[in-house]
Amino acid sequence: MTGYLKIENVDKTFSRGGASTKVLENVCLRVEKGQFVSIIGHSGCGKSTLLNIVAGLTKATSGVVLLEEREVNAPGPDRAVVFQNHSLLPWLSAYDNIRLAVDKVFGATTTRAKRHEWTMHNLELVQMVHARDKRPGEISGGMKQRIGIARALAMQPKVLLLDEPFGALDALTRAHLQDQVMALQEQMGNTVMMITHDVDEAVLLSDRIVMMTNGPQATIGEVLDVPLRRPRDRISLATDPTYLECRQRVLQFLYERHRYVEAA
Amino acid sequence: MTMPVTHNDSAAPLYDDEIEAAFRRRRTPLLLKYGGNIRDFFAAVVPPLITLGLILLVWQLLCVRPDSALPSPSRIWSEANDLILHPFYETGSQDMGLGWRVLTSLKRVAVGFGLASVAGILLGAFVGQSQLATRGLDPIFQILRTVPPLAWLPISLAAFRDSQPSAIFVIFITSIWPIVINTAVGIRNIPQDYRNVAAVLQLNQIEFFWKIMIPSAAPYIFSGLRIGVGLSWLAIVAAEMLTGGVGIGFFIWDAWNSSRLPDIFVALIYIGVTGFMLDRLVAFIGTIATRGAQAS
Repeated sequence: MTGYLKIENVDKTFSRGGASTKVLENVCLRVEKGQFVSIIGHSGCGKSTLLNIVAGLTKATSGVVLLEEREVNAPGPDRAVVFQNHSLLPWLSAYDNIRLAVDKVFGATTTRAKRHEWTMHNLELVQMVHARDKRPGEISGGMKQRIGIARALAMQPKVLLLDEPFGALDALTRAHLQDQVMALQEQMGNTVMMITHDVDEAVLLSDRIVMMTNGPQATIGEVLDVPLRRPRDRISLATDPTYLECRQRVLQFLYERHRYVEAA
Repeated sequence: MTMPVTHNDSAAPLYDDEIEAAFRRRRTPLLLKYGGNIRDFFAAVVPPLITLGLILLVWQLLCVRPDSALPSPSRIWSEANDLILHPFYETGSQDMGLGWRVLTSLKRVAVGFGLASVAGILLGAFVGQSQLATRGLDPIFQILRTVPPLAWLPISLAAFRDSQPSAIFVIFITSIWPIVINTAVGIRNIPQDYRNVAAVLQLNQIEFFWKIMIPSAAPYIFSGLRIGVGLSWLAIVAAEMLTGGVGIGFFIWDAWNSSRLPDIFVALIYIGVTGFMLDRLVAFIGTIATRGAQAS
């Protein structure tokens, strides 16, 4: 267990004016290559901050993030992010949004035709070829998020970071996209780190679930392995004892031992 | 042979109904569309025509006496209808149609406003990106933008010692401020999401400028350009009055000096219509260029 992605003793303190709040304290986590790890916790526990630190969008106050034994402290396409609100550029078509990423990451190494092919391939992966010329304003929330996922996948990241990717979607679209992400991950063996606050989503998708305590000074409370075989099927899992037990464990953590306290 | 016929018979009414329904669906919107368009056209054109008629009538009544200080519409028509009817005649170096004069002025505006657009967007981008630059420069912009165009003229005449570049400089310096200020606001309002995308993609400064900044701030930039083009048209008339040469502004000054008041009224209409068209042109380019920029 060497760890492909290592988060070591990460602290994060936000200070504004004279006041400072310690959001994360001593977070340590190792993610193996090809693993799907979910980070779950109540809102305000700093899980998005943790993801931003891994992405390099936020700097840790102390501690390091190592990817393949190299420190990362700036954002880069090797840690592609799927943002909660999709963050597509509204003036570009679905194709151009992905192509921008493809051109940036592979512009120096591949030909124009190859990059077009790769863009189309990624549109196909998320079954969005029919909407290639649509702008984000013209497609539904689920479709936007699929383009967001395709854009991230197109960068061929070492780690795929998902920041509550299904949070803004309705339940049916969410289930459909979860299945799609699961299928893609199986197909490509991506290393994935996903932020979520949905227990079922975490158990269904993850190999490991990282449960965070409440903030401030949040840290990792417990890590749960999900020993379910893949491919997973949400309908048969609904009655699977292992699935139910994992779900139970997470629920107990979130609602018994670390209940959400409304900030005063 | 009978089978298909029966089949057809049973299906025929439904089929016809469908065809008819389809036709009806198509016909109604078409009728509505054209009927609506004609109605819209009249609704848009008739009220301003009525207003215009009333203004001309009141004006005519007010200036009807032969000793009135200002010419009446009928006198303007009888004395200056050549200017209205023949915008593009040319018989001598100072005897030409107002169309030519407006074009000469437009050329000056194109140069001055073009320079102001490029410089204004670049300066605005710089100011919008940096907190320090905003603090240092914004108060100065806010003061300079209130200086009237004519006040710049002596300074620019002294600096350039030539009327042509002075006129262009006056246009430039008058129209640049709203462009700078609006661009800066647009850049400051770029959502953090787009900055995050740019950071993950590791876009460099130039890529960030073209691929994120300009499209994201485009609605703001175009409202600045629209204000700017209006101001530059205000400035051209003022500048040409003093610098002379060919141009619609100088024409007014010249007409005043030779007491041709009706000509001035005609020139005012030319200026107004041209300014209106400039404004609409920039607005039109803006709606095309910013398509999608505000959708989420």
